[in-house]
Amino acid sequence: MPWTKVLIDKQDFEASEKEGLRNITYRAALLEAQRQLLATSPEVYLIGEGIDDPGGVFGSTVGLAREFGPDRVMDMPIAENGLTGIAAGSAMCGMRPVFIHMRMDFLPMCLDQIVNHAAKWRYMTGGKVTVPLVIRSIIGRGWGSAAQHSQALHGLFTHFAGLKVVTPATPYDAKGLLIAAVRDGGPVMFCEHRWLYDFKGYVPEEIYEAPFGKAVVRKEGKDITIVAVSLMVYEAVKAARELEKDGISAEVIDPRTIKPLDMETILASVRKTGRLVIADVGGVMTGISAEIAAQAAEKAFGALKAPVLRVGLPDVPTPAGAELEKAFYPGAADIKKAAERLVRGAN
Amino acid sequence: MKPEIKIDLLKKMLRARLFEEKIVAVYGEQEMKTPVHLYIGQEAVAAGVSQNLKAEDYVFSTHRNHGHYLCKGTDLKPIVAELYGKATGCAKGKGGSMHFVDTDKNCMGTSAIVGGSIPLGAGAALAIKMKGEKRLSVTYFGDGASDEGVLQETMNFAALRKLPVLFVCENNFYATNSPQSARHAEGTISKRAPGFGIPFELADGNDPEAVCAAAEKAVAHIRAGNGPYFLEFPTYRWKGHVGPDCDYEKGCRPKEEFFEWQKKCPVENYLKKLRAEGVLDDALLDGIKAEINAEIEAAWSFAKASPHQSPEELYTDVYS
Repeated sequence: MPWTKVLIDKQDFEASEKEGLRNITYRAALLEAQRQLLATSPEVYLIGEGIDDPGGVFGSTVGLAREFGPDRVMDMPIAENGLTGIAAGSAMCGMRPVFIHMRMDFLPMCLDQIVNHAAKWRYMTGGKVTVPLVIRSIIGRGWGSAAQHSQALHGLFTHFAGLKVVTPATPYDAKGLLIAAVRDGGPVMFCEHRWLYDFKGYVPEEIYEAPFGKAVVRKEGKDITIVAVSLMVYEAVKAARELEKDGISAEVIDPRTIKPLDMETILASVRKTGRLVIADVGGVMTGISAEIAAQAAEKAFGALKAPVLRVGLPDVPTPAGAELEKAFYPGAADIKKAAERLVRGAN
Repeated sequence: MKPEIKIDLLKKMLRARLFEEKIVAVYGEQEMKTPVHLYIGQEAVAAGVSQNLKAEDYVFSTHRNHGHYLCKGTDLKPIVAELYGKATGCAKGKGGSMHFVDTDKNCMGTSAIVGGSIPLGAGAALAIKMKGEKRLSVTYFGDGASDEGVLQETMNFAALRKLPVLFVCENNFYATNSPQSARHAEGTISKRAPGFGIPFELADGNDPEAVCAAAEKAVAHIRAGNGPYFLEFPTYRWKGHVGPDCDYEKGCRPKEEFFEWQKKCPVENYLKKLRAEGVLDDALLDGIKAEINAEIEAAWSFAKASPHQSPEELYTDVYS
């Protein structure tokens, strides 16, 4: 199916164009989703620091303020926690806010309102008051962004009951999952990656939802399962293509939402391949890779022929210098190496 | 002020007072397994503010929420059931004393994180404004919450967007056991409001008529579309921060201070005033009390007879 494809190289694009498919960037997909939501749902509004400026959150909100006006595409004071509470309060009273952060690093400023309030309000009120609040944030990387402009905290938010956590990798999912997040009815952490913004893929023009809790097999395989999150989906597919050349057949699974997490699809694959590598854009320490590994051990231990390996960030803050950055971020080569180790017992 | 309004204010205060005195009386039985933050001593604030609210107005509150919700007119049965953790509770036994809710009365929930519900109240006001509705939102908080940055963040945005929100600061001079003098250089919290472009008023929080008059002015300002208003009411809580006991016995605050404030009891003083004015006599008072006590007894019977939650309920109401 066209929407499950990950377009990586020239050949992929050419094949897709040949089929006459509409390929747009992740950035354009986000912009289109928000435009369509604003146009069709009067209760939807966008709020965030500088979302109406000429850059428009790396292009993902560009032009929307002019089109829909400053009351529905709202700039705000630099008061992240207070404004999260205000957005949540408006959501309790019928609005559907999309709160936008240029950097995921600003989310810790909002933890009280996200964790203590939005996540728990429905439960604490016995289901009477719901908080349909979507929080978009972008994981940064590179060009010396350093420790406060590059954190990947998506795994952290899976810890809190009441929150859903979405990690779209493709343009199709960026649009479909954002629309689904706004329509979900509860608080949703919508976690994007800055490096995905220029990636293109097939995106239908109409308004549509991509489902929560349904993983996608990006590439089928039989020797090893690679679960990859966000940007790592591309790295995993690249690694799988290289592995193919070496005679190793890798299956790549993109969970798309890490809460709810489609463990059934992951476990079915692990039972078939007997091997599991988890590649995440976040830290390995108590990250989502740890959760997936733990559940695989609990539920598919008998099927595993080798230990579970994880590819993710080491337990240090992000460095600034280019050489340190290179050492910090894993990629396709690391995934390939992990897979080879499990299949061949190498290294 | 019309006699009917005076009697109404009295009824609101008495209902809150007698309800909580009942909690104090039965708390030792340890059947009510929820931390209670009692409002006794502060009733004039909720009564005077609520007198100016309409059914459609939103109310957001704190861990010390009982008086706010009772005065907004919440039914006693579901809240007493909530105190006992029963399935018939206002939050199905999932919230307890610190998280009363009554959406029928537009009481949208309460936060036990100090300052946490302040922006939620302003957010409700943002929704009102965006939808073009004719109602307002009240957010109650204490002097402790005024220490939090989130109050300042919220006041700024509310003023910027001219939101129909009423900030009600009940200054009872203590954040848990820390006196205001140990926390603030400037003792008048409401003085911050004009710095954000918000009008304010400071009135006696133990005088229901003074509260009512200040709230009337504030509510008129908000309903006319002029944006937020800030009210500060100095008052005093008689019980400890949490629980049914008086904390001066533990040395949490000076005994003399407590006795001075007890002389300013909002309920007793108002009873005296209304008698002196000829608005109230024994027969009328007895009737009011009998009616409230009957309501309280009925609510307690309902709560005690109600079933506990089934364990499966643990997993519902988490996600939409």
